[in-house]
Amino acid sequence: MERQAVNRAKEAFLSGRTRPLEFRLQQLHALQRMITEKETEICTSLKQDINRSQYDTPLLELIGIENEISLAIEKLTQWAAPRQVDRNILTVSDEVYVQPEPLGVVLIIGAWNYPWAVTLQPLVGAIAAGNAAVVKPSELSEYSSLLLRALLPRYLDKDLYPVVTGGVSETQELLRLRFDHIFYTGSSTVGKVVMEAAARHLTPVTLELGGKSPCYIDKNCDIRIACRRITWGKFVNCGQTCIAPDYILCEPCIQGRVVECIRQTLLEFYGADPKCSPDYGRIINQRHFSRIMSLMEGYTPVIGGQTDASQRYIAPTVLKDVPPHSRLMQEEIFGPLLPIVAVSDMDDAIRFVNEREKPLALYIFCSDKKATKKMIEETTSGGVTVNDVMMHYTLSSLPFGGVGQSGMGCYHGKHTFDQLSHQRACLIRSLGMESVNLSRYPPQDRRRARRARMALKSPMIDLSKRTFVWAVSATIIAFGLLVTLLVILLIASGLNCTCWYWRGWYY
Amino acid sequence: SFVHMSREQLIVQRARKSFQTGKTKPLEFRVHQLKNLLRFITEKRRNIADAVKKDLGKSEHGTELFETLGLEGEINLAIENLMEWAAPRPVEKNLLTISDEVYIQPEPLGLVLIIGAWNYPWAVTLQPLVGAIAAGNAAIIKPSEVSSYSAKAMEELLPLYLDKDLYPVVTGGVLETQELLKQKFDHIFYTGSSAVGRLVMEAASHHLTPVTLELGGKSPCYIDKNCDITVACRRITWGKFVNCGQTCIAPDYILCEPSIQSTVVEEIRKCIKEFYTDNPKSFEDYGRIINQRHFKRIMALMDGSTVALGGDSDESQCYIEPTVLKDVTSESKVMREEIFGPLLPIITVSGVDEAIQFINEREKPLVVYVFSHEKKLIKRVIAETSSGALLANDCLVHFTVSALPFGGVGNSGMGCYHGRHTFDQLSHLRSCLIKQLKMEGVNSMRYPPHTAKKMSWARFFLLKQVNMGRLRRTVLLAMLAGLAAFAVQVTSVPNSPNKSYIRQLNWR
Repeated sequence: MERQAVNRAKEAFLSGRTRPLEFRLQQLHALQRMITEKETEICTSLKQDINRSQYDTPLLELIGIENEISLAIEKLTQWAAPRQVDRNILTVSDEVYVQPEPLGVVLIIGAWNYPWAVTLQPLVGAIAAGNAAVVKPSELSEYSSLLLRALLPRYLDKDLYPVVTGGVSETQELLRLRFDHIFYTGSSTVGKVVMEAAARHLTPVTLELGGKSPCYIDKNCDIRIACRRITWGKFVNCGQTCIAPDYILCEPCIQGRVVECIRQTLLEFYGADPKCSPDYGRIINQRHFSRIMSLMEGYTPVIGGQTDASQRYIAPTVLKDVPPHSRLMQEEIFGPLLPIVAVSDMDDAIRFVNEREKPLALYIFCSDKKATKKMIEETTSGGVTVNDVMMHYTLSSLPFGGVGQSGMGCYHGKHTFDQLSHQRACLIRSLGMESVNLSRYPPQDRRRARRARMALKSPMIDLSKRTFVWAVSATIIAFGLLVTLLVILLIASGLNCTCWYWRGWYY
Repeated sequence: SFVHMSREQLIVQRARKSFQTGKTKPLEFRVHQLKNLLRFITEKRRNIADAVKKDLGKSEHGTELFETLGLEGEINLAIENLMEWAAPRPVEKNLLTISDEVYIQPEPLGLVLIIGAWNYPWAVTLQPLVGAIAAGNAAIIKPSEVSSYSAKAMEELLPLYLDKDLYPVVTGGVLETQELLKQKFDHIFYTGSSAVGRLVMEAASHHLTPVTLELGGKSPCYIDKNCDITVACRRITWGKFVNCGQTCIAPDYILCEPSIQSTVVEEIRKCIKEFYTDNPKSFEDYGRIINQRHFKRIMALMDGSTVALGGDSDESQCYIEPTVLKDVTSESKVMREEIFGPLLPIITVSGVDEAIQFINEREKPLVVYVFSHEKKLIKRVIAETSSGALLANDCLVHFTVSALPFGGVGNSGMGCYHGRHTFDQLSHLRSCLIKQLKMEGVNSMRYPPHTAKKMSWARFFLLKQVNMGRLRRTVLLAMLAGLAAFAVQVTSVPNSPNKSYIRQLNWR
């Protein structure tokens, strides 16, 4: 069944339907309609999957998707146009550019924590780039994937963008087939399996994986505001966010204050009993519930710790003085447990971060610009947000992706388009001016070699710089003319005025 | 307990420790290493040319033209532009981040493994190294053992110029490469065949290491019957027989209409005579096949095809005469794999439609060549085929334009390099958003408890995409309007005191 869907998508792509920009825009508009028209249904499906509140869904998923679609629609002509490059003296009279082209059939494997965002945002880029796409939503977010399978064919081209649902065996079947790009969001373990499968067909991959995103709080910053932002980022979606602050690093002297601020913020956000708050989510399934519970074993939390297996509910939990080698610090938590690890100072924190795998995000709360820059420079991560959490995700001009174990490739905005396109180098010469080429042909002698060396060593003519210089000088001249005009007007009226003034005096 | 580490493991560990000291971070260090690399190429020019002559029979001029000149250009480009490439790159903001610092910071990845190829042993091994050094990485260099003299020269001479720990050269064959591939790297840069490319990517997947694969394929060359066939054939002949056909971007086979096939053969005959004399075997500028295995492989490809030109060979010297095969079909042996040798098959097609179809039935090649005067035809080929690159009316030269990304697609590879592209490919482009701990009120719309009112505010702020460009233009226009209004006022002001004075006088 999977094979048929992929073959149909391939045939549909080869028909050339996706090439014209009008077709791609039409599909993007249809996708946008789907999001706006079916918002209620989508919210309901998320409530059933993960107990997401009806406000969190648009806030966290749908608005982001809508923005991506609007951006793609607005910029598609620009993104898909040939891109000029610098030439050298040998190619100064040639046409030299990079032409973005569709890759073919893209496989998009979604995740269950933000089932619409992480599945549809890559789809936006795939459509914009002119590809066909096979969409495989995660089976763990059951209601969402069934809804997607029902809705997408009603709005988008059925053959080009099929939805394939299923579990592990269906995914394995898909991975045996040949694609032109695979876009996977999920865990590092499965990421390795995806890349290995892709290697068999020499398929390039984008892997958006995870990791333990550290969150350092400097003792001299505004701890109350820092904790508000961290609390929001951590417990949204019940901690099941790939860029959630996984653990806190801070000095022992502020640990108590941090705990207090988090406690107060939790009270403000979710009330005395988060179980009753409509805004607090649940764990996706029993397996993950048990996994997170086992991480807590042996530790007494300072906040929270209450659970209810029947609802897969875990209260917002904070643990302090967590030892670095505990189980809690070995794997990505992906749940509402917030460990605080004590470090002696910022250097100690930097060392701590560098001893571990490169995370998807790094968070630094610090008012000292210099210290912040130092920490950024001495660590590495997919992305960094300073003095807030997760916000680098919301700016589509920033490439969103991991490094090392947290992933490869990036997306959002134009980056998705570029990631799912082939940037084809095009050089169009003429069959004239053959004499210029003489120096490269054999038989080679010293004279020819010298001429060739001179030709190849010439500096590149940066045509864009030339245009810039022209633009600046034209602006300066125009400005100069304007100023001259104003001065002339002033003098002219000034003369006029002086005449009248003096005449008035003599009256 | 003593754990026995292999030679490769020790080298990798030393390189990583050296990288972790942070000495590649300062730009001065990187520029210093690049300048040393440049000195290496100029001072050891003789040694390099000797090694290439022994490996591939290439003349000294050929080595300079095809290997070291390009390298020198890349190094100079990197030295000149490193500050710009490594600097933070500001990006466009939105309304919510208008007062924040938003930029992309290029960072070193760590340890890069560069596996070279034997056909241009210096260029394809050291060009990625230039980018690796510029980006601040450490790099393990594994030259191909097939070009054994070059590998040996590199192993002996490179440590005399570059940091021994950060940029070690590891020689060896299949076993040593497999041992290297078991180690963890932060990026693997491989140039070679698609078959081995798959193995490299599979090995990389175990450590989630990103890869750049510069592979190969059969690069088609379409000659339009209405173009200047003499010039076209000169350029194709040059591109094909340079390095005895052992170039990844060599035109693999020709597609043309039957009516011009004999003209094409005649023109190529003339060019071969002009370039390589009547006796290419004794001519200095004509190379040799790298080894016996490839010699036998290429000779076997000729089976079943009609030789229009050449065909002579000498196994003892690994010499194959420049050969053209005509009336070749898609079932011929020579069309089953990348030739990588001095055999040029000509396949007849009825026109550009059939040529496009022929190309699209096969794997995406590294480059598509088109020879035609008609712009429309060229653009049609661009639109209806796919390949790593497209070059119209010439061969090979797109390799020298460092602003163009050089790489394949599909079976011909993934990733790209040259110039700044190498730097970007071997860096991590890290997104940085620096906010302040103020204006907390703005954030309240995202915090629970959620209400419909908060939601509508959130929608307003997040959905109303502010077009920063348009905003800037509006502000500029407003300023100009204000300036104009001010100018108008200033020119009319001198009249008013006059008028009021006249009124005063009139009252008197």
